[in-house]
Amino acid sequence: MRIDCPFCGARDQSEFVYLGDAAPMRPAESAGEAAVHDYVYLRDNPAGPLTEHWQHVAGCRAWLRVTRDVRSHAISSVAAAAGVESGVKR
Amino acid sequence: MSPRGSSYRLPAGGLVDRAKPLGFSFDGIGHSGFAGDTLASALLANGVRLVGRSFKYHRPRGIMTAGPEEPNALVELRAGARREPNTRATTAELFDGLVADSQNRWPSLDHDLMALNAGLSPFLSAGFYYKTFMWPTWLWEKLYEPLIRKAAGLGRPPDAPDPDTYERATAFCDVLVIGAGPAGLAAALAAGRSGARVILAETDFSNGGRLLSDSGVIDGRPAREWIAAAEAELAAMLEVTLLRRTVVFGAYDGGTYGALERVNDHVAVSPQHQPRQRYWRIIARRAILAAGSIERPIVFPGNDRPGVMLASAVRTYIERFAVAPGRRVAVFTASDDGWSTVRALKDAGVAVAAVVDARAETSAEHQALATSAGAPLFNGVVTDARGGRHGITAISVRRHGGGTLVVATDCLAVAGGWNPNLGLTCHHGARPRWDATIHAFVPGTPPAGMTVVGAAGGAYALGACLEAGHRSAADVVRDLGFSACTGAAPAADHERTAVTPLWHVQVKGKAFVDFQNDVTADDIALAHREGYTAVEHLKRYTTLGMATDQGKTGNVTGLAILAAVAGREIPDVGTTTHRPPAEPIAIGAIAGHHHGRHLRATRLPPSHAWATEYGASFIESGVWLRAQWYPRAGETDWLQSCNREVMAVRQGVGVCDVSTLGKIDVQGADAGAFLDRVYANIVSTLRVGRARYGLMLREDGMVMDDGTVSRLADDQFVVTTTTANAVKVMQHMEFCAQVLWPTLDVQLASVSEQWAQFALAGPRSGEVLERVVDRQHDVSGAGLSHLGVKLVTVGGGVPARAFRISYSGERAYEIAVPAGYGDAMIRALMEAGAPFGITPYGLEAMNVMRIEKGHVAGNEINGTTTAADLGLGGMMSKRKDFIGRVMAGREGLVAPSRWAFAGFRPVDRTQRLRAGAHFVPVGATASAETDQGYMTSVAFSPTLGHAIGLGLIQRGRDRHGERVRAVDLLRNGDVEVEIVDPVFLDKDGARMTA
Repeated sequence: MRIDCPFCGARDQSEFVYLGDAAPMRPAESAGEAAVHDYVYLRDNPAGPLTEHWQHVAGCRAWLRVTRDVRSHAISSVAAAAGVESGVKR
Repeated sequence: MSPRGSSYRLPAGGLVDRAKPLGFSFDGIGHSGFAGDTLASALLANGVRLVGRSFKYHRPRGIMTAGPEEPNALVELRAGARREPNTRATTAELFDGLVADSQNRWPSLDHDLMALNAGLSPFLSAGFYYKTFMWPTWLWEKLYEPLIRKAAGLGRPPDAPDPDTYERATAFCDVLVIGAGPAGLAAALAAGRSGARVILAETDFSNGGRLLSDSGVIDGRPAREWIAAAEAELAAMLEVTLLRRTVVFGAYDGGTYGALERVNDHVAVSPQHQPRQRYWRIIARRAILAAGSIERPIVFPGNDRPGVMLASAVRTYIERFAVAPGRRVAVFTASDDGWSTVRALKDAGVAVAAVVDARAETSAEHQALATSAGAPLFNGVVTDARGGRHGITAISVRRHGGGTLVVATDCLAVAGGWNPNLGLTCHHGARPRWDATIHAFVPGTPPAGMTVVGAAGGAYALGACLEAGHRSAADVVRDLGFSACTGAAPAADHERTAVTPLWHVQVKGKAFVDFQNDVTADDIALAHREGYTAVEHLKRYTTLGMATDQGKTGNVTGLAILAAVAGREIPDVGTTTHRPPAEPIAIGAIAGHHHGRHLRATRLPPSHAWATEYGASFIESGVWLRAQWYPRAGETDWLQSCNREVMAVRQGVGVCDVSTLGKIDVQGADAGAFLDRVYANIVSTLRVGRARYGLMLREDGMVMDDGTVSRLADDQFVVTTTTANAVKVMQHMEFCAQVLWPTLDVQLASVSEQWAQFALAGPRSGEVLERVVDRQHDVSGAGLSHLGVKLVTVGGGVPARAFRISYSGERAYEIAVPAGYGDAMIRALMEAGAPFGITPYGLEAMNVMRIEKGHVAGNEINGTTTAADLGLGGMMSKRKDFIGRVMAGREGLVAPSRWAFAGFRPVDRTQRLRAGAHFVPVGATASAETDQGYMTSVAFSPTLGHAIGLGLIQRGRDRHGERVRAVDLLRNGDVEVEIVDPVFLDKDGARMTA
């Protein structure tokens, strides 16, 4: 599998480290235990495109949001994760 | 008896170099062949027909094919450490001095006692393992398995480590062309002419594919001349790479292909500094699959005997290798293609015993061909091939019109039609599609970026192959943006390729479908009767299509027979799954250089050279090689050395390389705020020039790591991580900075490699430090108090960082210098410390001292412990949010019954303790129900003079003074211990701050 890093170009997946589903957003400080529990543990398991966190550890070290079809490994988009969660560009 | 020694080599022709004779041996008997031979062609040239015994029945087997699909002719190639079992004689390139042995026979190939199995065949039918060896179970281990392993199986593995080297390489190209037959060569030429980067991979040692076996005319000249011209043109193109002896075995995601280049398999021993094989990872924008097709056998009794061969293979041996596979060759065909073999036999002057055409009618052209070859023509089927172990002597023929006859022959060429070689098209999960016109499976939807051309796509005619190869490549390079200057397509006639399917001649007798696994037509019928009607079940139950050839010749035939038995259509039966690798690949090739010591780099701390000179004993600790202790003359075991080192630190001064700790430089206006969120305790209140212990949780509330946090400036911190978690913590902090809080002004850099760091510990440590730090920096007790940090210089201006932090519990410092000065630093410390008797100490002493001080380490921070469990609950700030805060407060994580951190000492102080022992109440039976926790770390404390331990035990903090048993059922340990405070030494820390 190859991931097209927005900073480094297309690279073999062995340069990257996988974290998991990028959908859960860390709840605000005031959120209760239930919200944090969801954030830490609950994941959808779709048969299809899934947006995931990968880090280009052997390259620019950027954390990326990679949308990958888990059935085919077809990657439809790769973007820097920075700024996405808070809606703010660094 | 076989006519050994008599030559079957034809007087002229072929692509072998008769000027280069090569000697080789098979089962200890010397033979000779020519350069350009395979082992198979050389064996046939020498009249060797019997080359192996079959897997289950130990039936005599010969050479059936002339390519990688060979199911029978598997040999052990080379000897000793280089012995490679299950090597296909049909792909092994002959070299001078080649040594090969038959396998799966005992005591010899000619007299194989295991052939008795054939008589037992009623008991060895499909699923016999499942049925026979079921009961009693103890017999399995003692009797069945050893017997089966001896009787069945294939060759023997080598008896010593592989002495050869392998390498891995990566290549990028615009177009990968797989297969250098007519379609592949035409494609490579068209793509190459456009200027695209092209890799042409051919599994054989010669390019040309079927053109090497079939005489043909391309662009008005003989095919062999056309191949030479194409090779010359391709070789002159700078952007074209020709990889011969290279099999593309897997199609992976994103246009990545796996290929194996047999760099030096065609010589006895690889030249020095050269790999035996090279494992290629090829990243191709597009791929053109021109892998050709594989002829299929026809199933009839005796079809596995030596001398029964695929018709295309007979043609290959005649045309390419100038070897007649027999003196009087009969041809049994269900297709027009079989007649090409008749023509080849006739042209080579080999007698044609008979032609049996399974079709009802034969064209006038073919009738004339039979007549000119002097061969009787029968429209009918072969019902039996008979003969001894050295080959068939006769076949039985049943004519369609009725009547049977026997034809004397020593070789039967069987033409059952062709199966496209489409494995690579299925590696992404696509299923092949049935093509009713050619009666074969053709590729379904190939992986993205792959185009299938020629016979691999079911278009067999030479003219069609050339056209499709050229046109597809032209389309591909145009898509990729290259010029359309691809030249003209090579032209050739479209010969007739009609086939009438004939899978199975249904007469009584042992008729084989899968030759390698000894699966017969009866086995398939039996499996179906027993309910194994799904094709994947059939495969597992009968072993059809398993092992080294993966059913390349017989698989589709097996499906057809299953369909017939089940009364279904072939496409309704479906196919089994093709997975990589498409051919057997040596594990050594996949590993490349990454084996033994080279599996991964060994990291050496900056003091390694010095420690080696000093005589340290080393231990691998994660990726690091670290000094474990430094033995001295007269010390007879490690504990003596370790105890001495501990006491030296406690009473004087010791030094230890702690450079392996992870070090992260954190800078930015929000660095303090960032660290407040990452660490459970408050960091932002730390003053410049001070250090603090830091505890980091996972988001689920468990402890992740600990270390020190030092503030070097308002906007700069340096934090340490444990050695083991250095990589993980860096990734975690980067995640926090980039993903969770991208608006914070903070930058992270791993500086683990940039700084050499040494711990200087013991009551005399301050005096040593003062001697190495340049005079203008005050690092005296007042100048650098406990938990102070100071930027200093050493050695006359080398920048350094001095930390007054202690892991041992003594007054202690850590001094960090740029890594390049690490070696000089340890030598300077040893010199400065000499008057104080400075003692280097290793990992063992460090561990003993941290246990004496009750510090937690990886044994306690093991992913199941909370801060509260470890007695560090007070560090969790209530004034701020931080990673893990909410989840750490969950009911289950704050339950009073949780196992908590405590110290332990044996009631009988002479007893030793064992890590991993579980705590049970005194008097109770040790069981899961009475289990109250376990010992995490133990040591002998030279300071106290007895064993001590740390562990986790139910309500550990409230039970100091209580006695329990530490039970180790694995090592018969049962020691009564007292629960105590985990800090065994200097609980108020007076020694650290002195």
